[in-house]
Amino acid sequence: MKEFMMIFRMAPMQDFQPTPEQMQESIKQWQDWIGGIAAQGKFVSTNQLSFDGKTLKPDGVITDGPYAEVKEIVGGYIIVKADNLDDAMTLAENCPVLFFGGHVEVREIMVLNP
Amino acid sequence: MQPNQELIPHLFRNEFSKIVAVLTQLFGLENMEIAEDIVSDTFLLAAETWGKKGVPENPTAWLYTVAKNKTKDLLKRNQLFNKKIAPKLVPAQAESAEIEIDLTEKNITDSQLQMMFTLCHPCIPTEAQVGLSLRILCGFGIDEIAEAFLSNKETINKRLFRAKEKLRIEGIKMEIPAEAEIEKRLAAVLTTLYLLFNEGYYSSTQNLPLRKDLCIESMRLTLMLIEYKPTNQPLVNALLSLMCFHASRFDARLNPHGEIVLYEDQDTSLWDAELIKRGEYYLYKAAVGNELSKYHIEAAIAYWHTQKINEAEKWNNILQLYNKLLQVEYSPVAALNRTYALARAQSPNIAIKEAEKLKLINNHLYFSLLGELHLDIAPNKALEYFQLALSKAKNDNDRQVIQAKIDKLAC
Repeated sequence: MKEFMMIFRMAPMQDFQPTPEQMQESIKQWQDWIGGIAAQGKFVSTNQLSFDGKTLKPDGVITDGPYAEVKEIVGGYIIVKADNLDDAMTLAENCPVLFFGGHVEVREIMVLNP
Repeated sequence: MQPNQELIPHLFRNEFSKIVAVLTQLFGLENMEIAEDIVSDTFLLAAETWGKKGVPENPTAWLYTVAKNKTKDLLKRNQLFNKKIAPKLVPAQAESAEIEIDLTEKNITDSQLQMMFTLCHPCIPTEAQVGLSLRILCGFGIDEIAEAFLSNKETINKRLFRAKEKLRIEGIKMEIPAEAEIEKRLAAVLTTLYLLFNEGYYSSTQNLPLRKDLCIESMRLTLMLIEYKPTNQPLVNALLSLMCFHASRFDARLNPHGEIVLYEDQDTSLWDAELIKRGEYYLYKAAVGNELSKYHIEAAIAYWHTQKINEAEKWNNILQLYNKLLQVEYSPVAALNRTYALARAQSPNIAIKEAEKLKLINNHLYFSLLGELHLDIAPNKALEYFQLALSKAKNDNDRQVIQAKIDKLAC
């Protein structure tokens, strides 16, 4: 099987202050979706990315945040196993980021020969 | 006075492991068989003598005295041994000093711990580790081990022989690994102990007392690790917690006919409340540090199964735990259990959709689950799935469980 990375992208929601219940519900949705992939034996790894950060540009300038001039921000990723891109796309269905108006970018991880 | 029928085998089993461990520490691992022989001879003498004169007041002390004497005799007779080992025993100055073999509680425990790490060495296959542990650490006879594994004496003997050879060839020393190594080696030991427990819990042998003993022994050995400071780690506490929770249902799992009783149908009054409490204690001890190991997760899942409630809340907790478990370590059984928890936490329809993605078509449990999920929705389909499961079942226990489900449908 090949490995694919799914990158979760969405518009930054700076004014969004979720209640604890909303946070819990969101976590549950993500865990259920990831669990579904893991149950199929296709999970490799996953990480959420902090919304804070810095960006380094070519002229050495550092700006705050990854969201300075971008229309969307990467919230996290998951690496999965699949035979081909179509199968990987099937795994991406119902990803919680979609319910927040975001999208899932699916890319094959290249295996470079030594 | 006839030796008490139950006392002797248990006594011998316990003391076998202790004395062999101490003597092997003395002789070196490569001479483990000599240690085994001395102890076997001691028990033979005990059986003969006690049969005629009755069980002594302090049977353990009697065994230790005889074992020490036999060891001293061996050292006197065997020149090689005398040169190699006697110097270790006799204080350097006093030539006429008595050879001392240390059978104090501390040395026994230390020796057994060293033995545990040695026998669970990664250089020998896991089933050999389990077999050797049963023989040397738990004092089981070859017959009993063969029965536990549903194998035969020749196979087990061969397996143990080859394993001992390998340990000899690799020059493995009987010792507790250095601090840098201990975590890695501990993981291997725990795997073996868990396997040992599962042999007792899930094994197909009909010998119930034997299976219970397997569980008890694996728990005793795990407890030994907890009582030794360097190995008293959250991981080990999590494993013992898990074992306690599972073992608490041992008596409820089988009906008087020796048939498996499924969780939902169990008489909860047969659940051992004391074991459940101990499981909770060790789970609490395990809830330290950063690591969320599979043992932690499985212990938490087992905890929820000791709660006799039935609401979606319980099943959602179990679902979330299985979500995590599958990310830490995938297994088909965990995938199926997760899907069942999903059905109870949300709905059978949702679970059916997820189940169909699993495609575990060679696993009878897969079809059994699909049958369960279709029970209320489409009984005809449920029956088909159960029959498919029956055709894929690998042993009588499993067939019996599925047949019971089919019979229930017919009512």
